[in-house]
Amino acid sequence: MAKTFPRLRAIGWRVAQAVPVVVGVVVISFLLTRALPGDPAVYFAGVAADEASIAETRMAMGLDKPLPMQFFHYVGDLLQGDLGQSLTSGRPVSTDLANRLPASLELTLTALILAIVIAVPLGVLAATRPGTWVDHLCRIVVTAGVSLPTFFTGILLIYIFYYLLGWAPSPLGRLDFIYLSPDHVTGFYLIDAALMGDWETWWGAAKQLILPATTLALFTLAPIARMTRAAMLTALSSDFIRTAKAAGLSNRAVLYRYAFRNALLPVVTTLGMVFSFALGANVLVEKVFAWPGIGSYAVEALVVSDYAAVQGFVLAMALLFVALNLMIDLLYTAIDPRIGFEAK
Amino acid sequence: MLTVKDLSVMFQTRRGAVDAVRGISFEVSKGEILGIVGESGSGKSVTSYALMRILDIGGTIKAGEATYSGVDLRRAAERDMRDIRGREISMIFQNPRAALNPIRKVGHQIEDVLRQHAQATRYDARRKAIAAMEAVKINDAANRYDAYPFELSGGMCQRIVCAIALACNPRLLIADEPTTGLDITTQKAVMDLVRDLIRERNMSSILITHDLGLAAQYCDRLLVMKDGRIVEQGDPTQIFSQPQHSYSRKLVDATPRTGASVRDLLPKDMRAAAPVLNPSSAPILEVRNLVKTYAGKSGPVQAVKGISFKINRGQCVGLVGESGCGKSTTSEMLVRLMDATAGQIVFDGGDIAKIPARAFAKDPRRADIQMVFQDATDSLNPRYTARQTIAEPLRRLGKMRGRARSARIEELAGLVGLPLSLLDRFPHQLSGGQKARVGIARAVALEPKFLILDEPTAALDVSIQALVLNLLVDLRAKLGLSYLFVSHDLHVVRLLCDHVIVMKDGQIVEQGPAQQIMVNPQDDYTKSLIAAAPKPPERAIEIPRPELEKTHVEQTAIHDKRAS
Repeated sequence: MAKTFPRLRAIGWRVAQAVPVVVGVVVISFLLTRALPGDPAVYFAGVAADEASIAETRMAMGLDKPLPMQFFHYVGDLLQGDLGQSLTSGRPVSTDLANRLPASLELTLTALILAIVIAVPLGVLAATRPGTWVDHLCRIVVTAGVSLPTFFTGILLIYIFYYLLGWAPSPLGRLDFIYLSPDHVTGFYLIDAALMGDWETWWGAAKQLILPATTLALFTLAPIARMTRAAMLTALSSDFIRTAKAAGLSNRAVLYRYAFRNALLPVVTTLGMVFSFALGANVLVEKVFAWPGIGSYAVEALVVSDYAAVQGFVLAMALLFVALNLMIDLLYTAIDPRIGFEAK
Repeated sequence: MLTVKDLSVMFQTRRGAVDAVRGISFEVSKGEILGIVGESGSGKSVTSYALMRILDIGGTIKAGEATYSGVDLRRAAERDMRDIRGREISMIFQNPRAALNPIRKVGHQIEDVLRQHAQATRYDARRKAIAAMEAVKINDAANRYDAYPFELSGGMCQRIVCAIALACNPRLLIADEPTTGLDITTQKAVMDLVRDLIRERNMSSILITHDLGLAAQYCDRLLVMKDGRIVEQGDPTQIFSQPQHSYSRKLVDATPRTGASVRDLLPKDMRAAAPVLNPSSAPILEVRNLVKTYAGKSGPVQAVKGISFKINRGQCVGLVGESGCGKSTTSEMLVRLMDATAGQIVFDGGDIAKIPARAFAKDPRRADIQMVFQDATDSLNPRYTARQTIAEPLRRLGKMRGRARSARIEELAGLVGLPLSLLDRFPHQLSGGQKARVGIARAVALEPKFLILDEPTAALDVSIQALVLNLLVDLRAKLGLSYLFVSHDLHVVRLLCDHVIVMKDGQIVEQGPAQQIMVNPQDDYTKSLIAAAPKPPERAIEIPRPELEKTHVEQTAIHDKRAS
């Protein structure tokens, strides 16, 4: 009881801290889009509009009202789940986001899992065998990952695996047109196809996913590998490792039960940051692979001052970040028993 | 049981090979407790790591033999070594909190060892781990099983480390500075426990320590190591009363003990006449009902509960107590780094407790109160040279510049016995004793009236401690300083202080003249503190002995004419 209580309180407190952040995000996303150049009323009224019809459109959109009033309406709509109408697609922004967000998430998550699966063991091996070929390989991968921009690796991969070797399918979206997209359950094609038991579609989706996911993974791999290596080196030189060795514990136990679990703490923090980088880097990868994700959507919307869409995008991303950070913090609490006591 | 012959250990470093242990030979017989004594860098810990074959990367056994019950420890396969570690030979370490995995329950850490050596199965591991905890006298072991190291006190963590080491009934226990960093009463409790267990189980043990007094009290036989060699070995009383080698003589001399004055700590040829100290009876500092309350998780915590005491001009007052007694909080309030919750601090006639800690930096009296910190390394800016460190207060508070400042810096360096050639070095290029001198020079730079010394020698080797303590005595006489000496080491307090204050749980339990408190303590807590301090054997009557050889560079530095 005495042990779980402060931790539960720490978790509750951490969740409560997310609330003001969300409020701040709503305010800022609203103000930012108002600060965009260009007059949305002009776009909405159409090419043939005259002064009067523009003014009319402006009135209809509520843009003639003072800012606080507009904000009030915006929040009211938001609470009903209405993010406004997109200019370019003509659909509600919420529908667009619901379609495109899973595409981006599927890509990012796959890339991240791929990166973790490669980077963490690589970092651990490099730390346990400093100066050997594994260590050098780790260093090369990290340097390459940091220095190659994603659009370049993306195009390079397409050139090699699609153009030269012909192993990969054409880099055009999430699924080749010969397949039917699976029924919408989660929006993740791999999961939806698996749920339907349609393994042919699953394979088709996976083939489309491999190249963009690899591109993104190469980019996210570097910081994870580097951090794992550094954290493992620190953990391995700690006093408690010497105690464990002196007690005769096997190398495996020393390495995983003692060193690795302690090294995990900074790695988890890095993962949170890397995930946000990856969401940012997504925009370029989506462009290169014609991936119908949220990043390319936002860029298109931004170019034409489609502010409802931009606002929706900013809000969705911010909420995603808040949720992600919350998750990382909770994960931290789960790994490190000391957290609950240090938090006020 | 354990035979070591001509053991040499070498470390491969960036600057080439370094010999840490240079051909040592010794034996440990059944049921014997062997003490290895030496200062930092003497190779005593490295010897034990070499025996366990857990040397850090780069370290190798270069030559020699080490045989344990017929097993060649140098050549045994790693598999066999793993079976020996923890089961035949096990170790306990210094800094017990860091020696335990911070995010694993202590009970599980004990189980790990039991199961590694097939002493327990999944079903009885918990029961056996609790039994191992009970064996090291942990009360309420079943509940402590689920605790994490950070939830336990330092002494309790050391008991857990002992439980891990003793869980599989090893035959030889190596204790590497097992009580460094623990309070004095905890030290006694842990050492008594370890000794009783060793005797009870008829085990052998190697106790590695820098504290000659502690080793003499608990060991059957001592080895004195210096620079990777054994310089002397024998019976503890023998070594204490008639040290043969000049180095062991120096160590014995430097160990604070009853009946010795601060000058007696120095090698004989360096003992200058004791300075004349004449404390006046006019107070420089008077503390009245000082209270400090922190906001804790479960209500306010009173760290200092209304204490009152006086320090006279030129007096040295010792503030003694164990960790958590409020002595550091008190000293931080006196130096005005922290605001008191209530009470008065009358310094030089004015109450400085009323001035907020932030504003005190601009107060003219700021320069009059200075502090020397516990850890000489951590309290120096790593990017400042010694010169910059000493210049800091002169620049900020003394408003000195140019030639006058550099002249003052050099004067100060001379005063604390820091060779001028070292002034442009960074902390990492200085030895522990030299860093302590830089810290002291910085504190006395502005000619303060009152100096707070927060365990200034706790991290130093005994021979360096002896030099620094003598320096402090000389400075006090020369500059007419008043000291508040915060410490947990009663022997040191007795050497330096005229008056002693004993604190416990934020309150003063006893205070009075040093001699009276030491010889005839009234309070039970004071009695337990004095009883817990290790008692080195009495020094025999001085016998004529050959001239000492000069071994240390340090010694020429301070005791020149200026300092004495």
